[in-house]
Amino acid sequence: MANGPLQIKAISGHAGTVPGKNTSRDYDVCKLIDVTTCIGCKACEVACLEWNGYPFRETVFDNTYQTMPDLAWNYYNLIRFNEVTDDEGNFSWLMRKDQCMHCADPGCLRACPADGAIVQYTNGIVDFQQDNCIGCQYCVTGCPFNIPKFNPTTKKVHKCTLCSDRVGAGLEPACIKACPTGCLHFGTKDDMKDLAETRAAQLREHTSHKDAGVYDPQGVGGTHVMYVLHDINHPERYGGLPKDPHVPWMVRIWKGPLKWVGSLAMAAGVVGVAAHYLRFGPKEVEPEPAPKGGQK
Amino acid sequence: MSTTAATVHHTPHAGEIERYTFTERIMHWFTGGTYLYCLATGLAFYSPHLFWLAYMLGGAPSSRFWHPIVAIVFVIGTLWMHSMWGRDMEMTDVDKQWLDRTEAYITNDEEHTPLSDRFNGGQKLYYWLMVYGALLLLLSGVFLWFPEYIPRQYAWVRGVMILTHEVAALATIGGFIIHVYMSVFMVPYSMTAITTGYVTRAWAWTHHRLWYLRVTGQK
Repeated sequence: MANGPLQIKAISGHAGTVPGKNTSRDYDVCKLIDVTTCIGCKACEVACLEWNGYPFRETVFDNTYQTMPDLAWNYYNLIRFNEVTDDEGNFSWLMRKDQCMHCADPGCLRACPADGAIVQYTNGIVDFQQDNCIGCQYCVTGCPFNIPKFNPTTKKVHKCTLCSDRVGAGLEPACIKACPTGCLHFGTKDDMKDLAETRAAQLREHTSHKDAGVYDPQGVGGTHVMYVLHDINHPERYGGLPKDPHVPWMVRIWKGPLKWVGSLAMAAGVVGVAAHYLRFGPKEVEPEPAPKGGQK
Repeated sequence: MSTTAATVHHTPHAGEIERYTFTERIMHWFTGGTYLYCLATGLAFYSPHLFWLAYMLGGAPSSRFWHPIVAIVFVIGTLWMHSMWGRDMEMTDVDKQWLDRTEAYITNDEEHTPLSDRFNGGQKLYYWLMVYGALLLLLSGVFLWFPEYIPRQYAWVRGVMILTHEVAALATIGGFIIHVYMSVFMVPYSMTAITTGYVTRAWAWTHHRLWYLRVTGQK
């Protein structure tokens, strides 16, 4: 990056990994979330709100640390707290930063009917352009992660932009910047994959998390947000992370075969009736016979 | 006085028969107009190649806003239609014979086309296609209108409803193409009937003989 920003290489008195170390911020960007070192501080949530200029939302209390039940149109990023007892009776408290996964095969983009309302950049970021959004919410149907959220006042749909405005200027996303534990990383997809696999291997070898692994679901072509999970076999324990996400097959049929079959059928209908007219012509009115009792 | 009455009630010319009352004609164009709007905006959302239809109708966000509201009005019109025509549209044995010989009707083979009453079997088929189509479109459309209220574990319902909506819409479009073609081109004076309300006796005798015999008191 020719005139890129200052990138930290080393930090004094810092025990953890250095965010962004040895990474180049070129194409195919990726956010890596190491849930094993997330402490649920919600600094990323605050940073997200601050950068995007949204006010903090009112919270709910449901006897857990969950501050609000779901993402919202002006809340792109939410830590999900999950108290889980596994098959062997071990209790664990799982936290996951939930936001748009920036799929390589985005269901939202496939489903969207509005010209230019959703774009996918070459670096992998999937971005909503609210100016072109018509508020139909087909993207809500297309998304396997239940991410896009509707603003009922403006009738526009919003979601995490992966800070496309910051990344475009050579900066890392705001959430990355705010993370105090270094559980959030940002860089190229290849670098993040490498870092994630290294971390997962470390967990498998040095901790009791023998099933630790990297969540980069191939059903949606891989994602530009990846997770390191304690147990890759049970992603659903992290508050609704699907095990094998893919663009819903009903959306594929709708946007695939049904589209061209329907278009072809409509065109054939119009051509068919025109051909009928040329071949058979109109139905002529025949004169009625003199009615028996009527007057004419 | 007599002039006014003639204007309002449109006294038929000699040799004409009233085919549609004023209320029936209003109802027809009310449902037809609302259907057309939903068709045009729906097609805009259906294909990127038809998205220009939404620009023509005031922009895509407006189209998305009005499509479901106008659709509700269309369904109300359809229910109104059903209250008027529902009984006339019941399939009878005569209609079944007609439907068995659709080919004769299509090829203008009048000799082998069974007679029909006020509405023939094809018209009745189109009628029921639109009534059930409208109900199906309404049912699935409600889910498309407010997808954000469907809980995540029922997310698959959104996909099912979009498929249902599209298939039902395509079915009504198929009927609609034939309906417009037949009334504008294939059966001359149908447009006169649905605009002025009157047809000639010869027209009635040709196309709806059982109805003709009934209303002229010959049967």
